[in-house]
Amino acid sequence: MKSFSLLSRGTGVAFLAPAGLLIGAFVIAPFFWVIYVSFTNRSLLGRTALDPDFVGLANYFSLFDAATFFTRAEFGSSLILTIQFVLLSAVVGQAALGMLLAWMLQSVPKSLKHVTETVAIGAWILPEVVIAFAWFAFLDYENGTLNMIMEALGFPPGDWLLSFPFWAIVVFNTWRGTAFSMMLFNSAFSSIPPSYFQAADVAGASSWQKFRDIGLPLIRGHVVTDLILITMWSFNVFTPFLLTSGGPSYRTEILPIYTYRIAFRDFDFGKGAAVGVVVMLINLVFALFYLWVMRRRAKGVVA
Amino acid sequence: MTRYLGLYFTRIGFSVATALIGVFFALPLVWFIFAPFNPRAELGLSIPEPFSLANFETVFQNSFAMRGLWNSLVQSVGGVILVGAGATLASYALSRSPIPGKSVIAYILLLFSSVVSGSAAMVPIFLIINGIGLIDTQVAVILVFAGGLLPTAMFILRDFIDSIPKSYEESAMVAGASPVQAFFDVALPVIRPGIVVVVVWAFVSIWGSFLIPFILLRSSEKMPASVAIYSFYSEAGTPIVTLLAAYSLLYSLPVVILYLFVSWKFGFRFFGGIKA
Repeated sequence: MKSFSLLSRGTGVAFLAPAGLLIGAFVIAPFFWVIYVSFTNRSLLGRTALDPDFVGLANYFSLFDAATFFTRAEFGSSLILTIQFVLLSAVVGQAALGMLLAWMLQSVPKSLKHVTETVAIGAWILPEVVIAFAWFAFLDYENGTLNMIMEALGFPPGDWLLSFPFWAIVVFNTWRGTAFSMMLFNSAFSSIPPSYFQAADVAGASSWQKFRDIGLPLIRGHVVTDLILITMWSFNVFTPFLLTSGGPSYRTEILPIYTYRIAFRDFDFGKGAAVGVVVMLINLVFALFYLWVMRRRAKGVVA
Repeated sequence: MTRYLGLYFTRIGFSVATALIGVFFALPLVWFIFAPFNPRAELGLSIPEPFSLANFETVFQNSFAMRGLWNSLVQSVGGVILVGAGATLASYALSRSPIPGKSVIAYILLLFSSVVSGSAAMVPIFLIINGIGLIDTQVAVILVFAGGLLPTAMFILRDFIDSIPKSYEESAMVAGASPVQAFFDVALPVIRPGIVVVVVWAFVSIWGSFLIPFILLRSSEKMPASVAIYSFYSEAGTPIVTLLAAYSLLYSLPVVILYLFVSWKFGFRFFGGIKA
């Protein structure tokens, strides 16, 4: 079929070229290069920096070595830590809290709704370094706001970043990211015709019944979208590094921080690349699932 | 009657719970609102007495801090120009030219950009930049950000351009304009709102980011403000809280202003949906 088009093929290619070059060099090439480097013993310093040897699957064997898999500061323990971090801070924290907030915001006074939305969005849009520093001050043992409140309420103060570092980054990531889920669910809930809820009110349904039988089933598609996106983001987030640097004693070393330490502190690029490949494979599963859901929805099949 | 009483109590219960969660969100930020104006600020929360701008004076006199803001500006503006220009041309081509497999290209790009995250790709990106001899240059930071942000920017803009009727450009070409003229004189002004959103999003992303400049830059005079702030509180022993608080506020200002601009102009949900 011949159709009239505005740009010739040549002009089209020329228009695509600048973006294509940049994406090729800094998105597509890294994808393949990281796979290649993961089969070498490339390092930052020394002989293998310039002339790395091909080591086959040695890096992967060392990552998945059963003897050290559960040892702290090794890959396996970092992977388990990351899965716990994502489940607790993204799925339970961000999604559940965002859902709860979005549902409650439907029936609270307008002014309270605005104030709550504003602070949650503030937590989300401010630059990560600033947020991390604010939390650093918030959790400080001597003077932090949190301990000030604890003491005012008659509880003993805690050295949160030392005693509960993992929970600190879980709460931190929940706090940081809930706004996205809240906004997504908020717009999903407000797209439901109000008459559905009015009918339920007349029938005497409780808020929980309305949520379970009307609200949740009608926004199922949004829930899937939200869960995939926040899981992927939390799985790749480097921000906790700014709060804890992965410590104390590797207890907050989620995979992005682990990769950074292996590659840029221990200078073991080969092993760092192998971790990168594993992370990318996990990302790929999520991204393919996301695209599949999106395409189904675009074709009109309700997900 | 009882059922309306029930609704009433639900509303009160929800309001109390919402207020409590709101307080949970506000608490870590409260300190950050007062400390910049308190010349004796510590990590503890206290109302400034007297209210003063002395901390900002300290920042303005600190050349490392000021150079950090300047570097952030250079890197963000550089990246934004590449992303804005590259994405506009490319997404226009994807929308209007007869290149085969356009939608497949768009999906593959989106797939790659979500798989190749900063944390997974830090090793190869460092090696590529090292290989072409750009380590410790601002150009490296700009190029890496542009490459990383372009796929999403193209996806957003292509959606936007697809929604504009082709008849605008077609009538210009019937009147004798060349395709390139039709693009610059007819299409571009119509696409501008979409470009503004993409540009603001790219600016905020680069301005706020930490990891890429942290691994690609070495010398302190090239560091953006994000890395400068981090080094102020992580390496200096006891952090100079007064300086840090005021500096963080200055550094956050452009993000907040741009956010308010976009939410006033386009409604914040649009902006919210595309933050990656």
